[in-house]
Amino acid sequence: MTAVQPQTDLITLTIDGFEVTVPKGTLVIRAAEQLGIQIPRFCDHPLLSPVGACRQCLVDIEINGRAFPKPQASCTIPVENGMVVKTQLTSEVAHKAQEGVMEFLLVNHPLDCPVCDKGGECPLQNQAMTSGRGESRFEGKKRTFEKPINISSQVLLDRERCILCARCTRFSKEIAGDPFIDMGERGALQQVAIYEKDPFDSYFSGNTVQICPVGALTGSAYRFRSRPFDLVSTPSVCEHCASGCSLRTDVRRNKTLRRLAGNDPEVNEEWNCDKGRWAFQYTMVKDRIATPLIRENGVLREASWPEAIAVAANGLQGKKAGVLVGGRATVEDSYAYAKFARATLGTNDIDFRSRPHSDEERDFLAAHVVGSKVRYSDIDTADHVVLVGFEPEEESPIVFLRIRKQVRKRALSVTAISPWQTRGFKKLQAKYIGVAPGAEGNALAQLSLTNQSVIVVGERLCESAGGLSAVAELARKSGAKIAWVPRRAGERGALEAGAIGNLLPGGRPISDAAARVDVAAAWSIESDSIPTSAGSDSKAIFAAAARGEIKALVIGGVDPFDMHAPDFAGLESAFVLSLELRPSAITERADVVLPVAAVTEKSGSFMSWEGRTRSFEQAVPETPHQSDLYILSLIAEALGKPLGFSTVRGAAKEFGTLANWDGARASFTSHPVANAAQGVTLASWRQLLDNGSLQVNEPNLAGTARKAVARINAQLAAKLGVANGDLVTISTDHGALSLNVELSDLVDDVVWLPRNAVASQSLRMLGVLNGAQVNIRKGL
Amino acid sequence: MSKLTPVLSAHWDEPDSFTLAGYQRHGGYNAMKKALDMDADAVIALVKDSGLRGRGGAGFPTGNKWGFIPQGDNKDHYLVVNADESEPGTCKDTPLLMANPHVLVEGVIIASYAIRAKHAFIYIRGEVTHVTRRLLQAIEDAYKAGFLGKNILGKGFDLELTLHIGAGAYICGEETALLDSLEGFRGQPRLRPPFPAIAGLYARPTVVNNVESIASVPAIIEKGAEWFTSLGTEKSKGFTLYSLSGHVNNPGQFEAPLGITLRELLELSGGVRSGHRLKFWTPGGSSTPIFTDAHLDTPLDYESVSAAGSMLGTKALQIFDETTCVLRAVLRWTEFYKHESCGKCTPCREGTWWLVQILRDLENGKGTEADLAKLLDICDNLLGRSFCALGDGAASPIMSSIKYFRGEYIAHLTNGGCPFDPVAATLFASSKAGA
Ligand SMILES: Cc1cc2nc3c(=O)[nH]c(=O)nc-3n(C[C@H](O)[C@H](O)[C@H](O)COP(=O)(O)O)c2cc1C
Ligand code: SF4
Ligand code: SF4
Ligand code: SF4
Ligand code: FES
Repeated sequence: MTAVQPQTDLITLTIDGFEVTVPKGTLVIRAAEQLGIQIPRFCDHPLLSPVGACRQCLVDIEINGRAFPKPQASCTIPVENGMVVKTQLTSEVAHKAQEGVMEFLLVNHPLDCPVCDKGGECPLQNQAMTSGRGESRFEGKKRTFEKPINISSQVLLDRERCILCARCTRFSKEIAGDPFIDMGERGALQQVAIYEKDPFDSYFSGNTVQICPVGALTGSAYRFRSRPFDLVSTPSVCEHCASGCSLRTDVRRNKTLRRLAGNDPEVNEEWNCDKGRWAFQYTMVKDRIATPLIRENGVLREASWPEAIAVAANGLQGKKAGVLVGGRATVEDSYAYAKFARATLGTNDIDFRSRPHSDEERDFLAAHVVGSKVRYSDIDTADHVVLVGFEPEEESPIVFLRIRKQVRKRALSVTAISPWQTRGFKKLQAKYIGVAPGAEGNALAQLSLTNQSVIVVGERLCESAGGLSAVAELARKSGAKIAWVPRRAGERGALEAGAIGNLLPGGRPISDAAARVDVAAAWSIESDSIPTSAGSDSKAIFAAAARGEIKALVIGGVDPFDMHAPDFAGLESAFVLSLELRPSAITERADVVLPVAAVTEKSGSFMSWEGRTRSFEQAVPETPHQSDLYILSLIAEALGKPLGFSTVRGAAKEFGTLANWDGARASFTSHPVANAAQGVTLASWRQLLDNGSLQVNEPNLAGTARKAVARINAQLAAKLGVANGDLVTISTDHGALSLNVELSDLVDDVVWLPRNAVASQSLRMLGVLNGAQVNIRKGL
Repeated sequence: MSKLTPVLSAHWDEPDSFTLAGYQRHGGYNAMKKALDMDADAVIALVKDSGLRGRGGAGFPTGNKWGFIPQGDNKDHYLVVNADESEPGTCKDTPLLMANPHVLVEGVIIASYAIRAKHAFIYIRGEVTHVTRRLLQAIEDAYKAGFLGKNILGKGFDLELTLHIGAGAYICGEETALLDSLEGFRGQPRLRPPFPAIAGLYARPTVVNNVESIASVPAIIEKGAEWFTSLGTEKSKGFTLYSLSGHVNNPGQFEAPLGITLRELLELSGGVRSGHRLKFWTPGGSSTPIFTDAHLDTPLDYESVSAAGSMLGTKALQIFDETTCVLRAVLRWTEFYKHESCGKCTPCREGTWWLVQILRDLENGKGTEADLAKLLDICDNLLGRSFCALGDGAASPIMSSIKYFRGEYIAHLTNGGCPFDPVAATLFASSKAGA
């Protein structure tokens, strides 16, 4: 489905006697790879611009009979027709040059491999074996530095081991746009450095650890924990956000010790963010729920699986029920919840949106998102990218990197509609259209786009009434593509799987009789057993439970405080079945709590925001835990309405038969843009690193989270009589929170707060959404 | 009978040679007037015809370099003058600017006009404060006289000239490192291509020329290409400044046609320190392989010097007599390269670090003859393997000195240390001897 490949000029050259034809612009080192000829290298990285610094990749080159007088760095020289390249395999000069450079590299290298994290997977170690002399002739004194220094709370730098390849600094500057590490000093004292008082402040810093070809950069959390050859690696998919990164999970004796970015050229290339890399302790915390629990006399007690399943089935039997899935379930688990709701419980009251949501959003998802195939590659070819309700660096980091790549490569024009011009927007050189929260729709209406444009919509735009309608209208007018980017990794999959009240699996509208027949046939149930009208959304399900209309709730991985002002009354009165990893506000009130497997403990798949499915295998070999879908299958069985599968593979196979729907999509009716609130209004979203439940027990990672501050502009500060650093209190009828002020580039009369920082959980503490009027005052 | 051809240095002995009045008294700025009346391309053609080659070390034809600047590209062009002069032994630009800064300013105006640059920069070595002051004054006076600024001489040509003072790094004399430094970054050589002529300063087409190259232009404009080509040798045209230093009786600048020999230059400079004889010398600064008394008659032009195994470089002739320990001299140079290596590439960064340690050991009589082979092999792994020419320069003195003075290296080992009396090589030793 990719666009027509532009015709590229081809170049034919000879390397070590073999002819090879490659596209124009290919570097010699990569043309050699095509032939399976590995030229040793350190500074070269296919995704970074060449520097030619390490000189390890020297080869002899001749063009049309004219030889270069000296060996050339093959990582910097593009191929040419008639080029004859001789690598170490056929040129004694190249061979000796490479051995010489390798010997130089080891002159000042401490060779402390036995205590180095990189030992065993170290390009320097490996290439010293393949391309170095047997023995060093260096008998002098090595330069020494203080052993590792923290360049951030999670990255340590051992300058003695650094071979000054500048991969880390180039990554930070070119890819992440965070030029907070750079080379300092000169000669053999040259070193990677940070500015005196500024640490390495980047959400992408872990990539430098991964691409460092030696053990100079190490992660605080992994340091001295294991040797690479003791690890068992499993390709995996990140569960933290909808960017959809491929990862690699490294496990030793049943414990996850680290995660690395996987190489997926269509998605995350070779990068990922620090959250995906360094937030995984949550699966191994002490308070993981270990056994089923049932409530007896008001307290939870341990129970056997058969007992708990029986109690759960009993509690659900014959009751009008609602199902809340959360946004983190795998596609297969979501599908199981979707089927469980319809086929077992007989209800459409199911929603994966355990966060602010709206009817407008649900209609929008059904009409414009489900089944859509907008991809990262559409960003690569876009003429214009519009960001609305979305701060990509905070809310989907790989989307950020991809846009930034195009901005760097071809000055892609980016427009950001937002109340705050963030650092991320600046790094994208975005044209910033400052609007108060709620007014995004009006700004969208002013834009003119083409069918090559992409409108990237964040999930929180649903908090601005009419915003999504304006997106739909702009797309209709211009033909622009819509990329809806939820935050959580499971949301897009849950949408496709039908874990929402208005859609059956594959985006089949619930209101469509043919769709219901389709699904009922696949499920071998009576077609009239699927309710014909759309079910309630998350908020309405809670409310219905509070009113006593819904009498049983099945809740998987939901934190009620991810919604604003949740109504807990229903949790007290209804029968609550909770499937959870760790104690939560739901388990506290649940009648039956069933422990479930974390992503590392099961197989499955996630769908990125693009709707691209990526599957993963179980990374931890032994686990007492079972996937949600297996547990649901047991309950369904006990209820006499079996799911028909009990394995991930079974669920995936069945969903596969339903995943596509060629019938009509649901229609969408436009909602008007709401009138702006008076006074000071709230803007708030989540930052990448915050108080999120999957980030527990990661002190090093937390050390690089951005400071929680209240952001206002100078106009509002003057009105309030506050200066940078002063304390302000923001309050509503619901509650209040206090933070220090940081003057920022915001629109007038808006205060921005982190949505889920320790001291600033705006939903929970203030009980209001973006665009709501809030009170703000100086001091406590 | 003198072979000297003073042009740049013609009036250095006048007390006000560095002032505008002193310069104009001898026709200063007439070449500028002439050039501004010419077509810019004709100026480039004239400089091409003159055969003027860059005086910064590499000897690249200056007119050709100017011709590489794409014209009609609607981009700003820049001229950058390299006045970083930091190579050991090289000491021509500094006295030239001290005695006659206006000739450079005039050359800058002509060159900028030719390449259609509206802004020129002079990047001057930071340590030479006294020269900086004179150059600043000259620039200010040129502005006042209407030779710089808007609409120069009413000819519709605008030129701003900025003097930038470096912070003292040899590598910032390498043209691309210079450009980075000028842009405010840490000076390290850039990957080429793109070459400065396509993407130089601020990624705009840029000519980088040495002080002496640019300062030679006014005379060429004034007197014509034929006059210039009548001097020098077949492929090395014109006159140039030869800088004699070290063990000579009258060290200094000797402006002579290319192709003069050291023997002739020594005659002009009063010969090797009295009572002593020539042992070795550098033809073009410390980065060029050394010569010995066997090369006294080698014509000092680009081709002949290179045929004899060295490079004309900056024509910085450092003269060492028989009192000098060659190992000691080479070690000092190597220490310089180690100190000045920018650190970007492995061979130079690590190689110089290592070479210094071996040479120090040898100086102290530690090691064996096998260390000489090792030394040469390390140099072989450095020469032509580094990112820029600084690394090559670091290897040259070692390789050439072992070639000519292997016995002296070995003498250190058999002697258990340096067989020379270091005092004998000093100036105060010679004044004692001469007294
Ligand atoms: C390490 C190093 C230092 C250099 N230092 C100088 C310098 O101080 N002055 C200079 O004119 N050229 C210096 N050069 C040469 C310049 O790179 C460049 O070739 C020269 O400025 C071009 O001017 P030209 O064509 O007029 O000779 C140096 C080169 C290297 C590799
Ligand atoms: S820290 Fe690692 S990646 Fe960075 S320059 Fe040193 S060796 Fe290269
Ligand atoms: S960008 Fe998203 S998917 Fe990728 S590693 Fe980070 S949290 Fe995971
Ligand atoms: S040879 Fe390499 S380390 Fe030495 S100055 Fe040039 S770029 Fe820097
Ligand atoms: S890999 Fe080519 S110079 Fe480093």
